[in-house]
Amino acid sequence: MALSGLDIYKLLPKTNCKKCGFQTCLAFAMQLAKKAIPLDKCPFVTPEVRAVLEQASQPAIRLVEIGSGEAKSSIGNETVLFRHEEKFHHPTAIGFILEDVLSESELNKAIEEINKCTFERVGQKIEVNLVALKETKSKDSKFINALKILLKKTTLGLVLMPKTTETLKTALEICASQKPLVYCSENSLLDSFATIAGNFRVPLAFRGSSVSELSSLTKKIVSRVPDIVLDVHSEKMSDYLWQLTQLRRLSIKKNERSVGFPTMVIADLTDEAASVVEASMFIAKYASIVLLKTRKPEYVLPLLTLRQNIFTDPQKPLQVEPAVYTIGAADDRSPVLITTNFSLTYYTVLGEIETSRIPSHLICVDTEGMSVLTAWAAEKFNAEKVADTLIKFKLEEKVRHKNLIIPGYVSMMSGDLEEKSGWKILVGPREAAGLPSYLKNL
Amino acid sequence: MAEELKVLDRACLKIYELTMGACAASGGSRKKILKVGGQSAMPFLFEEGEIPHAPLIAAEVSDIVEDDCPFVLKNALKGLTDKPVDWAVEMMGEAGADLICLKLQGTHPDFGNKTSKEAVELVEGLLKKVETPLIVLGSGQADKDNDVLSAVSEATKGERLLFGDVVQENYKTLTAACIADGHNIIAESPIDVNIAKQLNILISDIGLPLDRIVINPTIGALGYGLEYAYSIMERARNAALAGDKMLAMPFICFVGQEAWRAKEAKVSESEWPGSGNADTRGIMWEVVTALAMLQAGADILTMRHPQAIRIVKKAIEDLMKR
Repeated sequence: MALSGLDIYKLLPKTNCKKCGFQTCLAFAMQLAKKAIPLDKCPFVTPEVRAVLEQASQPAIRLVEIGSGEAKSSIGNETVLFRHEEKFHHPTAIGFILEDVLSESELNKAIEEINKCTFERVGQKIEVNLVALKETKSKDSKFINALKILLKKTTLGLVLMPKTTETLKTALEICASQKPLVYCSENSLLDSFATIAGNFRVPLAFRGSSVSELSSLTKKIVSRVPDIVLDVHSEKMSDYLWQLTQLRRLSIKKNERSVGFPTMVIADLTDEAASVVEASMFIAKYASIVLLKTRKPEYVLPLLTLRQNIFTDPQKPLQVEPAVYTIGAADDRSPVLITTNFSLTYYTVLGEIETSRIPSHLICVDTEGMSVLTAWAAEKFNAEKVADTLIKFKLEEKVRHKNLIIPGYVSMMSGDLEEKSGWKILVGPREAAGLPSYLKNL
Repeated sequence: MAEELKVLDRACLKIYELTMGACAASGGSRKKILKVGGQSAMPFLFEEGEIPHAPLIAAEVSDIVEDDCPFVLKNALKGLTDKPVDWAVEMMGEAGADLICLKLQGTHPDFGNKTSKEAVELVEGLLKKVETPLIVLGSGQADKDNDVLSAVSEATKGERLLFGDVVQENYKTLTAACIADGHNIIAESPIDVNIAKQLNILISDIGLPLDRIVINPTIGALGYGLEYAYSIMERARNAALAGDKMLAMPFICFVGQEAWRAKEAKVSESEWPGSGNADTRGIMWEVVTALAMLQAGADILTMRHPQAIRIVKKAIEDLMKR
């Protein structure tokens, strides 16, 4: 866990010798806490203190990278248990398990389906991250052939799930540079898998059925393979949740190094809806990787959307593009409403206009993602700004009337706005929920 | 390695346990009594507290046919949406809902303007057909709700139903009715912990015990602001378990009405190529919205699609295995 400036200060010589370039040791400590300068600047730090500080500067949960190039997934390095405490940093990597027994054409088709699992929501691209290849039998293995096909067809991060050390070695000789995640399915092989993965400098995942088992196994292998992913497994959903919660709490609250790694859950139930149920539980809490079998968009899209929601930074609300949105078959006689570009405001207003079934134009003013009242208070949603927006979006060319409906909460701007814009201002309801009856009675 | 690898968060306070339904011996006519709340841990973390009751699913039933009902729902509820009592019975039966959430939308002056008498007749008829308590919602038009819900409250005196919603600007009439007639109440706040708390204080100030209040934190559907309610609920629940009794009420989340407003639950596959089977997509939109709310602490979920209800019911059963 990160030390505060004061914690660090206690470990420094406290002589204020200024050799580090700062007036006092405390000032230097504050910079160290911000990771703004290296510890080397102080010539008097003892090796013991150095070790303590280096240990403390490690993240509580290790950052692990899978894949290379644009499709690289970074997971782990989380700092809180609840998103409102700060934010969740690295979205769950979502991937699909393919078995090596698939024929070349089946594999190609599967990859095609996976590549289609890319969508756009609120101006963001949401997409899947990983393809896992599972070896089904150790004799007459088709793993390497299948791997070669995958390498040709996809740039997504790979998860290798071989059954033997021989297959693993051959596979890594082909694709170690792509930084695949190696998955060890048999803990009797963990020792040799750790050595091989370490030699090839790729991350390693393995399964444990309890927190203590995972902890004792990481201690055995971490010196050889520092990048570890913990595959949590249980027969019961509540136990899955308990283990994932404990792993997160132990690493963040207790700085327990032996479990300070990203986690994964394999949600490969044959019942597709049930696997989505599992996956959504663990996207919320606290899986860094979720692997699925189903790749149908109707199952994948809700999961990608949930991930987008949960991993949104609560301090930086999502915004929609400032623009004039046409709802339904709106024409030049349809009502014109105005609101802010805070996405929640926008979608709430949009939903209510849709409910009213009255085709309308909805203007989103650029309020930097602030909601109506906040933006009003910050002068991002006042008469001037709204009048400018009407001109900027050329509303006079879009409709042949000059009536503008403003949110009830900012009725106080109506006089000023009528003067500045020359439009007739109609004060709408305070809450979006009042829009359907308001629009019907317009 | 003597130290055990475990971090337990112990609660200082339990969520209030709320009872819905009263049997003949307690002045009602319900054969089945339902309880929510009573927990002293975050959702499904059985090792660090009591979780005495499973979250409930209430099937959303309306007294008026929605003219813009998404086609997926329309197909699933064919022949039912204009017969609220049959609709309710069907949802309680094969779909497996725990209770019914009846929305008296048709009493709204702009959407049917049904009378209090009609509302009372419907609720009484429905109570005869189901053994469980009911959730009864107004239309959202404050003045009309005060008339209609007060009348329904009086007519069902002693049944210990759950009425909603009261808001900061309009809570006195319905709260007084619920106090007089022995019902529970839903307190709605606009995704705001402070308003939720303030409203609970106002309601309890006029005499409704704290174990008869359910918080409606106002949720958004998956993809439509779900994360705001999610975090508000986690904050409120954490505060409650840490000792804030004015937030220690069960949550109700209106999942169905929100999820089925999402574009993703409405649009056909031909209108949106690549989006997959529309029925499944709509169902999963409702399911995933419900699951996220369960994780955030929901005690009652209101839902619409029978298949979504089945899937979430099964998920709750699985999650409650300890």
